[in-house]
Amino acid sequence: MNLHSTLLDKLWDAHEVLRREDGTSLLWVDRHLVHEGSHHAFAKLKSRGMPVAQPALTFGVVDHYAPTRAGDVAADIRKMIRTLGENAAETGIRLFDLHDPEQGIVHVVGPEQGLTLPGLLINCGDSHTSTHGAFGALAFGVGATEVAHILATQTIWQKRPKSMRITFDGQCAAGVTAKDMALHWIAALGADGAQGYAVEYAGTAVAALSMEGRLTLCNLSIEGGARMGLVAPDDVTFDYIKGRPFAPTGAAWEAAVADWRMLRSGRESTFAREVIFDAKKIAPTVTWGTSPEEALPITAKVPVPDQLGGKADHARASLDYMGLTAGMPLTDVKVDQVFIGSCTNGRIEDLRMAAAVLRGRKAVVPGLISPGSAQVKKQAEDEGLAQVFTQAGLEWAASGCSMCVGMNGDLVDAGKRCASSTNRNFKGRQGRGARTHLMSPAMVAAAAVTGHLADVRPLLEGRT
Amino acid sequence: MSGWTQISGSAVALPDANIDTDQLIPARFMSQSRADGYGGFLLHDVREGTPGHPLNHHTPKVLVTGRNFGSGSSREAAVYALVDFGIRAVFAPSFGDIFAGNAVNNGLLAAQVDQATIETLLAHLGNGAEQAHVDLSTSRASIAGIEVRFALNPVHARKLINGWDDIDLTAQHADEINAFCAARHAAHSWAMPAT
Ligand code: SF4
Repeated sequence: MNLHSTLLDKLWDAHEVLRREDGTSLLWVDRHLVHEGSHHAFAKLKSRGMPVAQPALTFGVVDHYAPTRAGDVAADIRKMIRTLGENAAETGIRLFDLHDPEQGIVHVVGPEQGLTLPGLLINCGDSHTSTHGAFGALAFGVGATEVAHILATQTIWQKRPKSMRITFDGQCAAGVTAKDMALHWIAALGADGAQGYAVEYAGTAVAALSMEGRLTLCNLSIEGGARMGLVAPDDVTFDYIKGRPFAPTGAAWEAAVADWRMLRSGRESTFAREVIFDAKKIAPTVTWGTSPEEALPITAKVPVPDQLGGKADHARASLDYMGLTAGMPLTDVKVDQVFIGSCTNGRIEDLRMAAAVLRGRKAVVPGLISPGSAQVKKQAEDEGLAQVFTQAGLEWAASGCSMCVGMNGDLVDAGKRCASSTNRNFKGRQGRGARTHLMSPAMVAAAAVTGHLADVRPLLEGRT
Repeated sequence: MSGWTQISGSAVALPDANIDTDQLIPARFMSQSRADGYGGFLLHDVREGTPGHPLNHHTPKVLVTGRNFGSGSSREAAVYALVDFGIRAVFAPSFGDIFAGNAVNNGLLAAQVDQATIETLLAHLGNGAEQAHVDLSTSRASIAGIEVRFALNPVHARKLINGWDDIDLTAQHADEINAFCAARHAAHSWAMPAT
């Protein structure tokens, strides 16, 4: 085993078909995931009269426009879903359609179905494809032209990123989650802090994370500018995969695990950039502005722009958009509603954490909970979590991207403030004029029961 | 898509940093067919809320803007909106990675220039529009009378100049791709989906 190769190098080298003179590699794609937004790419393929090169490696999921509440569906939304169905049928790819019991958000379904495996290269026309790197897979989002290219050739042109390692030493305190770790590093390094890098997450606090936590961490890599996040696979990974519908079995499983155990950076690997954080110093973290880098511990105050140097103008604009006063304690920020869901924090463990806070309590503001997949929905209902949510007064919806992006009509109204377990607090992300505060699902639950941004830690005392 | 080597037109400044893809094209417009044109969606909500926004008064070919332009999602529609509006080149200190790739695939130059130069350009442009000329063959531009050099990957230059598409380039490597696929699945049977 080469002691110098990084995990990134190993994955890259295993997929490189060839390299052209400018250093860009042509990479083999093991799994290609498409969704309703891929219609431009299918149209492009059709206009050139080309078939899908590898339909057996291509999977479609209805998620971005999936209706999550009962009632009429707008015609343009119905059309988006129908178009994907037609494209999937014409090209012979497996579709997880709206009413499929295995439907869900593409980055939840991939792992859940065993389509996401260590050592694979996974592409999807969605930037949060970085999520799948939690398995030690090379996974990154691509644009529509590239989706068309992968459909046509099962390959992608890509320049090898530089490697960066973010280490979280020690252990997180109770009530501090992978979401907080992610917002913490993005606040420290900036929304473009890892641009041009693939980030490998390491350290005891990362090893201690469940697969759900690792998925959250890798999901948010893109919010720090990194197109890919990676965690070296270990027994936690293998235990999660075993027995999933599309996972290898029998002799192929044994061979797979033997291959996968090699997928780690060598002891003498050097990284172009190394950053180390102390996990026990991380507090529950919330965003106050309109970029994920504008995040602070919940115990802090809304910043005073004049004290932020080069970022003062952006901060002023953020405070203006968010309707906040410089210097006010974050815990004084009142919310109008809450949302739990998305590919960042819509998995079963996320719902369990939220339920731990909500059990026996009432939400004082309205809120929507959309599980990441139909499977998560069923499991949450079987475990009694759904009842905890509805008894708390929150709305329990079907699975999809929902209020993360609002394409299906689940929107936050202009000027309203939403505590959200999602990944982007960009202006207008959850709806025109909507004000988004990003935080962990447990912190969203804390905001729901208090009506303001709140530290979840005291609310968890005596509970698990 | 047709290629280009030189463009002349006006340049305007958008001094904000982190102009993300959700701002560039709000999600609700993305179910539209491209044939209808995406230009009207460009920065739609920002422009509507800001009467003095430069893009409400000018139709530039060149934008000069702050760091991390096009950050956020893979939505290529952000590039469609810029291109359909008539913009052919964006100058910024840094770009969202996926955006930069999408740009070159649609004939849009995403030119990376150092922060100090950008600040000078932003100061000269102010709220107005100034003449600009961009030349891909020399990797030089002149914006508001200021000479700017930008780095340009040779393959990206060729794609922009010829209006080429990657599918054409890749088709030449079909044999290598097929051989790679066969070898990969022979050596790692687990890499195929199980059912
Ligand atoms: S949940 Fe949000 S971030 Fe995730 S894929 Fe859907 S829209 Fe994108």
